[in-house]
Amino acid sequence: MSPQTLSIAIMDAPYESANSTTALRIIHSALNQGHHVHVFAYEGAVNLTMKAQAPHANAIKGTTVEEENHPTTKDWITALFQLAKAKGVTLKWVNCGLCVDERGAGDWIDGVHRGGPQDFIQSVQASDGVLVIPTR
Amino acid sequence: MKVLNIVETAYRATLEEQDDTILWLSQSFHHADVDISILLRGNAINYLVQGQTPFNLSFGTWQQTQPPALDRDLEMMMAKDIAVYAIANDIQDRALPSDRLIEGVLFIQKSEIAELFEQFDHVWHW
Repeated sequence: MSPQTLSIAIMDAPYESANSTTALRIIHSALNQGHHVHVFAYEGAVNLTMKAQAPHANAIKGTTVEEENHPTTKDWITALFQLAKAKGVTLKWVNCGLCVDERGAGDWIDGVHRGGPQDFIQSVQASDGVLVIPTR
Repeated sequence: MKVLNIVETAYRATLEEQDDTILWLSQSFHHADVDISILLRGNAINYLVQGQTPFNLSFGTWQQTQPPALDRDLEMMMAKDIAVYAIANDIQDRALPSDRLIEGVLFIQKSEIAELFEQFDHVWHW
């Protein structure tokens, strides 16, 4: 199959819902199969790419940071950017600028860009498929 | 202080958190000398099913280890003398097989919830 382009809009903040993990799994699958993915992160989803996210130990389980291997969404998304590069496809990630401003959430990992609803509409017009994953 | 934490929302970001945040919080309260108990209701009663096996999660080259183990977390809590209650009607509604549930859970009927609440200073529905 020739490369297709998938646009995905996501809304959930990290550590709040299974939606964000599901969205990232879909993105992984699309990239891994050689397709381009455009992500529009809206509302709390702009926090998925915050550079300052850090793993922690688990005092309840008695595990260290290394043993716990606590995930951060910014590391997962960094891995997705690396996967896109390895596959020779594009992962375009746009964070809603107004959502970023109201949350003070502007320090992101490399590869993430500021944008707005118009970017999502342009991506939709250029895409073969569109998936909106709303929050609940 | 006796507190009953009611857990109803199940599998909420448990893959990212590596546990259920309210079960984790309850254990933290326990360590702070709160006499804590848990009531599982709704979809959260699925936490009682033994042998839950989260899939291997990976993103690109990132291999996520240490998946959540909610049934074992509950067993660990009961081993610390944290009482775990569950609403039997919710188990029956979902036809969960009783022989696959972890042991040591205190089952109550919905009609007994108010009576249970009377045993606690605080009841927190998360």
